[in-house]
This record gives sequence, structure tokens and C-alpha cells, in this order.
Amino acid sequence: MLDGRSQVRRRAGPRLWLSGGWLTALALAAIFASFLSPHDPLAQDLFLGRMPPFWVDSAEPGYFLGTDSLGRDVLSRILYGSRVALTVALIAGTLTCLIGASLGLLAGYLRGWVDVVVSRLIDIWMAFPPVLFSILLIAVLGPGLISIIIAIVVIDWTRFARVVRAEAMAQGAMDYPASAQVAGRTRLSTMLVEILPNVLPTIVALLTLEMGIAVIVEAILSFVNLSISTDDPTWGGMISEGRVSIYQAWWVIVFPLITLFLTVLSFSQLGEGLKDRFDPVLR
Amino acid sequence: MSFLSISNLSVRIAGTTTRLLRDVALSVSPGEVHGLVGESGAGKSMIGKAVLGILPRSVEIISGQIELDGTDLLTLPPAEHRRRIGQSCALIPQDPMTALNPSRRIGPQITDRLVDILGWNRAKARERAVELLHEVHIPDPDRILRSYPHELSGGMRQRILIASAFAAEPKLIIADEPTTALDVTVQKQILKLIKEMQERHNTALLFVTHDLGVVSKICQSLSVLYGGLVVEATDVHGFFRAPSHAYSRALLAATPKYTDPEASLTPVPDAVITEVNAQVDAVDREWRGG
Amino acid sequence: MRLLRTLLFRLVSTAVTLVGVAVIVFVVIRIVPGNPIAMMLPPGATPEDIALLTAHYGLDKSIPEQFFIWAGGVLQGDFGTSITARQPVLTLVLGRLPATLELSIMALVIAVILGGAAALTGTRERGTKIEAGIDVTNGMALSIPDFLWGLILILLFGVAWPLFHISGRVTPSLDLPFTTDFYLFESVIRLRFDIWADIVSHMFLPALALAIPLAAIIGQLLKQSLKETMHFDYVTLARTKGYGETRVITREALPNAVLPTLTLVGVQFTFLIGGTVIIERLFSYQGLGNMAIDAVINRDLPLIQGIVILFAVIFTVVNLVVDLTYALLNPRLRHA
Repeated sequence: MLDGRSQVRRRAGPRLWLSGGWLTALALAAIFASFLSPHDPLAQDLFLGRMPPFWVDSAEPGYFLGTDSLGRDVLSRILYGSRVALTVALIAGTLTCLIGASLGLLAGYLRGWVDVVVSRLIDIWMAFPPVLFSILLIAVLGPGLISIIIAIVVIDWTRFARVVRAEAMAQGAMDYPASAQVAGRTRLSTMLVEILPNVLPTIVALLTLEMGIAVIVEAILSFVNLSISTDDPTWGGMISEGRVSIYQAWWVIVFPLITLFLTVLSFSQLGEGLKDRFDPVLR
Repeated sequence: MSFLSISNLSVRIAGTTTRLLRDVALSVSPGEVHGLVGESGAGKSMIGKAVLGILPRSVEIISGQIELDGTDLLTLPPAEHRRRIGQSCALIPQDPMTALNPSRRIGPQITDRLVDILGWNRAKARERAVELLHEVHIPDPDRILRSYPHELSGGMRQRILIASAFAAEPKLIIADEPTTALDVTVQKQILKLIKEMQERHNTALLFVTHDLGVVSKICQSLSVLYGGLVVEATDVHGFFRAPSHAYSRALLAATPKYTDPEASLTPVPDAVITEVNAQVDAVDREWRGG
Repeated sequence: MRLLRTLLFRLVSTAVTLVGVAVIVFVVIRIVPGNPIAMMLPPGATPEDIALLTAHYGLDKSIPEQFFIWAGGVLQGDFGTSITARQPVLTLVLGRLPATLELSIMALVIAVILGGAAALTGTRERGTKIEAGIDVTNGMALSIPDFLWGLILILLFGVAWPLFHISGRVTPSLDLPFTTDFYLFESVIRLRFDIWADIVSHMFLPALALAIPLAAIIGQLLKQSLKETMHFDYVTLARTKGYGETRVITREALPNAVLPTLTLVGVQFTFLIGGTVIIERLFSYQGLGNMAIDAVINRDLPLIQGIVILFAVIFTVVNLVVDLTYALLNPRLRHA
């Protein structure tokens, strides 16, 4: 048991640095996409369709990662795609966290009817296939960035609510919140001052995890052509287009896929790493 | 000729120089009951575990011989060590509540060794199980063999574990504080049962306990341990008449009398502890030097 | 008796959950913009035609009214008629259900085999580099969702090294002599192993993509549970009987370690089934999920409703089965 933990601690360092490094680079790419992109991500050139990446002999100079079937530059599209991905990750992740964690905290600490309602809602939500639910919501809300964010929040709040509720319940059962109340604290302030800090490491880990999930959901929705307008480049949209020409031009799908893979992996590893670092028991 | 003969056995926490057993030597003859006595942490259970090959992974044997029927177990490959133990030794564990597998019926837990290791057929093994349950005074053996552990009381489970230990007619049984986890009323019955079974089967018994009162009832010889060091090894009569080591005397004085359990108990005096610690240090110095 | 009461309670709460799901789907899809009726009529249809057809599908009534009409039909086994396919929803949905069930169960089997092997090996080799390697692999497998695994598998074993099919459920040119839609099952019954091999070759990659995250969870939870169980006295006692490490792990520790893992795996299995929606799309596999996405894109309200309810039923049934299995496997509960 102890051996396992010390191994985790030793690995936590490089894991945090690598994942944090990738995400920082990605954030910079998103901010400076217009400076970094060698081409206009939307510019089509049918004479330059399906050009391979730079190390292949027939590559077209200036198109490092090749072009898609419409002759658009893959690298530029990936860089611009990171804008959508990170926007969704940050906004949807944070909103989901705020709503889900608040409901979970209230249900787990206050118990009573709040808990009954929240638990019942969680049960109902758990009976929905999440991907289908999100596609349905996008169909209702119409495509667009805001729709995607709303869909993610509506679907994934239970992820926070379930875990935070259980943790808050466990903390609430201990002696210290009761003694805080005896000392004159109100229930609400006990919850925020005594319970919340103990649940926070879990919330932080879940938040980074949720950001990764948000990126995936956005990719999935783009993949089924329900994301934002087809003009803006998205990784999921690129993957969807690349899937069609997978035998003729593998690079159209491989590069956005690698980017997506590293991003999702980084978010989850960052979450695990932060959890280890902030967990008072492990520290 | 003794059946179990341990010499020069040292065990340490893996990767450190902290020894948990310090050049232990002892021997048990066929049919003999040998007590291993000491306070908790003295290393008495460690000796039994070393013989049975069930030391925790964090502990390693660094020297010594454990001869079982003339063969040094420590020179054998692990699989062969295991097979020999399975054939000729058995363990009566300390806590009957955790020593039976909760998801298996009692019957197979008694007979699995007979079938899997000794190659008996199932019907014969089952007959043997019924016979054993009679021997340990369990009524309605057929029902018990079909039961799950949680349906039985602690005393009942310990009887089953004793029956299971004697199942393969082992030459040596190691009993690791077999009464400590039981109610005081049950303790006496179980102790009597172990003695009875041991005499009937003429098995050598290594009895690990912290209770000198128990030793006086069941053992012929004993070793007193302190800090992984055998400070005194002698026969029971001599020991209770005149223990030779200061620590043994203090331990004896600290044991409640059955005639008067409430009588004031004298804890082991600090002076004795200092003395015996010095002895342990001296042994370690010699070990490090050599 | 206690078991019976628990079961009854579970059934009631399951019913409440299903009604909740039905209401939410019903309300959500009624606010879909875009008139599905207008979409199914040829261009140039008169407003009267549209009104007539709208009334035909009951879409002119208020939402609560529509709900009770629909719920009344459901209780009699009538889930309405698909707007695009113009067939009863139940027929369509039941026609696709076997494909999704076969895929999910194959994925579950793969996940149990992979996860179980990882847990047993990790326990056997605890404290070594092998265990550390298994932990790292598990962590990776868990961080990446099924959608990405699907894409990775398509590229690796469909394109770069084409060992498996990456599209469809069965080669279309094959002549299928089947009477049910359980192709995988029926091909075995009919001893048509040529067809069976073709189906497995189509199913393997999507099933593996679904299985990898679940395998990682099983591997982690079961290993942890096994390692805790290995400290119990009955495990030590079994060692003194002459049993080797493998035997001790599989016979003494495993039955006791499986129970705590089981309930968590049940929830995870419902996630896996939910994952079939996008994985079926990715592999053009003709199951429920693929049909669901088409139904959403085509605004086929009755069909969407039917599929979502069916998924909800599957999820709750899986959870119920897991709870019952737990009770049956646990001797303490069985005899209580």
C-alpha cells in the first residue's frame, strides 16, 4: 500500500510538467493561432488537394502536415481548432463544475428533501445514454458554441454531483462539522468553511477531467456534424472528414487525432497529478 | 531425533539491518509440545511463519537452517518447500473469524488439502472430514460441512480449524496464539481440545503464546523470546521451578495466577528490560562484527 | 424476505426513473425547431396537407395531451410510427436491438478477460516492475475515451495493418440464412462459422474500443480488491496447505474480491452501452445507436423517443441484474 503510494508520488512530478506543458503550448497556439498559422484555415485550393506531410517526397512546400481533400492546410486548421476545443473545455468545464458541485454539496451536507430531489435527478440522468442525449440537445438548441456548452453542462453535472455528494456526506458524518456548529457556526457557513475545503481536491481533479471530457464531447458532436457551423475548423470535424478519405489521405485524420489524444490525456493526467498533490492524506 | 530443528535463524526487514529474529535455535521432537513465549513483537510468530514459508514480503531470511525431518527447507526451491509443508505441517491460526474463507463451504475447506495435495478421492476425504468433526466434538457434521463460515460461532470455527489442521495427519502443527481471539470461557475448552487432539495423534506442536499459564498446562518445553532473541530454552518443570534468566523471572511474575487472577501484577521492571536490551545489543554487535 | 423487499423497492424506483426519462425526452424533443412533417412531404405540399399529416401524427395537440396519448399506447406496446421509415417504432427498434446487444456483450466479455488478466497478473507480481507497468497501462486506457480508442484502432488495425473490417456489421454480399437478428449467436447455432468469422471480424474493433476503458476499470478495482483480500488469514492458511500463488489467488482471494468490484462494474457497463451510440456511428455498425443519430438528424420524434426509452430500460435492467447477482453471489445475503 505504502509502496504503491510512494511510486505514484514519484511519478507525479514529470506527469504534471508534461501535461501542463502540452496544455500551455496549446493555449498559446489558440491565442496566437492567427500569427502561427502558415495559411488561412478556410482557404480552399482544389489544385493542392490531399497533399501529404513534409517528409513525404510529393509534399508541397509550406504545407507541413499536408492538406485535406479541399486543399486546406491541416496544420492551420489544427491550430484554429484548438480555439474551439479550449473555449469549450474552459467554459463548459467550469460551469459544469460549479453547478454539479454545488448541487452535490447541498445534497450531501443538508440531506433531507434536497438530497431526495438531487438523487432522484441523478438516477434519471444516469438512465440516459449521454452521447445520444447530447446529440438530441444540439438538435433542439441548434448548432453553435453556446449550444455545445449548454449540452455539456446539462449532461455532465451529475458527474460532479454524484462524487461531491458522497464526499460531503462522508465529511458531514465526521465529528468536526458538528463541533463547528456547536461553536456557533450556521449550517451554510459550516458547509463552506469546514466541508468544502476537504472536498476541494476531488473537485479540482474532476474539473480537469471534465475539461478533457468537454473536448471529447465537442469532437464527437463535430464528428456527427452537429457542432458549430461547418466553416470553423474543429478537430472533430477534421476527423470526420478524414474518416472518409482514410485510405487516400491518412494524415487528414491522424494529426488532429494525435492532437486530440494528447490533449485529453494531458487533462486527465493533470487531474490525477493535482489530486495527488492536493490530497492532504497523501501529501 | 527431533522432527523440527531450527538453528542460527536470522530474519530482517528487507533491505535494512534491523533483525527481527536473532540467531534463533530450537528443536521439537515428535509428539513434543514446545511453547514459544514472549511479549508482542518478540518475534515468536515470525518463527512459525518462517517454518511454514509464509513470511510477509517485507521480511527476508538472511541466515540459518530450518530442518524438517532432516531436510533443510531453506535450501529447497519454493514450490518444493510448499509441498513439504502441505504434506507434513499445519497451522492453527490465531483468529478463527478471518481464517475461514467466507465464500467457500466448510467441507471443502477441511478436505481441499487431502484431495489436491495428497491425492485422496473426494468420498474418502469427506468421510475423513466427518470423522474429524466428531473428534473435535462438533455435532451434526453433515450440516456443518455444508455451512458457510458466517453461520458458525467463533468457538465452532476454531474447532473446525483444529480439525482441518489434523486432517492430513501432520507431523508438526504450529498453533499461533490459537485462543487469544476467543472468549475466556471458550479458551479453556479449545486449549483442552488441542491438547486432546495432539495426544491422540501424537503430533509435534509448536505453541506460540504470550501466556505462561497456558504453557504450564500444555507444553513440555519452552523457549522465551525477547527482541527476536531466545533468552531461555528449557523444560517446563525446570522453568516454573526456577527460571534462569532475569527476564523469564520477570515474565513469570507478570503472569496472573489462575488461583487469583486479580492479584497485583508486577510489570517487567525497567532494570530487567535494560539488561535484556543490552544482551540483544551485544548479540547484534557480534553479528555485525562477524 | 429481505431480498424480496429490496427487489420490490428497486422495481418501484426503476419505474419512477423510467417515467422521468420519458417525460424529459418527450418535452425536450417537442421543442425541437423545424417541422418534421414539412420535411417528409415533397416540396410544394399545401398547408392543408401539412395540417392533415400533423393531425395524423397527433402533433397538433398540447404536449401533456400528446404525452398521455403516447404513454397510453406504450402501455399497450405501441410506441407510435416512425416518421421517416413509416413503420412501427417497436419493430424498427427491436430489429436493431440485437446488433447493439451483441456488440455490448462482446465488449463486456473482452473487458472482463483483459481486465481480469491484468488484475490477476498485477496481484501475482505485486510490488514488481510488471505491476507498475500494468498500472501505467491501466491509467492510459482509462484516460482515453472509447471514441478515441475507436479511431486509433481503425487507423492501426483497419488501415495501417488491415486485420479487421472497420465498417458495417457483416459483409453485405454474404447470404444470411438467419431468422433472428442475433447474427453472432445464430451463426454459431447454425454452425455457419464462415459467417461467424466475418461477423466477429466486423465486431472486434468496435467491441475492443468499447472494452478498453472498462477493462482498465476492472483491472484497477479488481487488483486493489485482490491485494486487500490477500492479507486475510484464510489466504495465508491456504498457503500452508501447500497451494501455489496462482491457486491461492484464483481460488481463495478471487471469489471474495469479485463482489466489491461487481457493483461498480455494473454502472460502468451501462456507460459502455451508452458508448455504443458513437462507436456504432464511427464503425457504421447497424445498431440502435447509429439509428438514433439518424433519427435525431431527421427529426423523427417517435423513433427518438422509442430509442431513448429503450436505452433507459436497458440501463436500469443492467443495474437490477447486477444487484441481484450480487445478492446471489454473496452467501451472507443469500442465507439471510
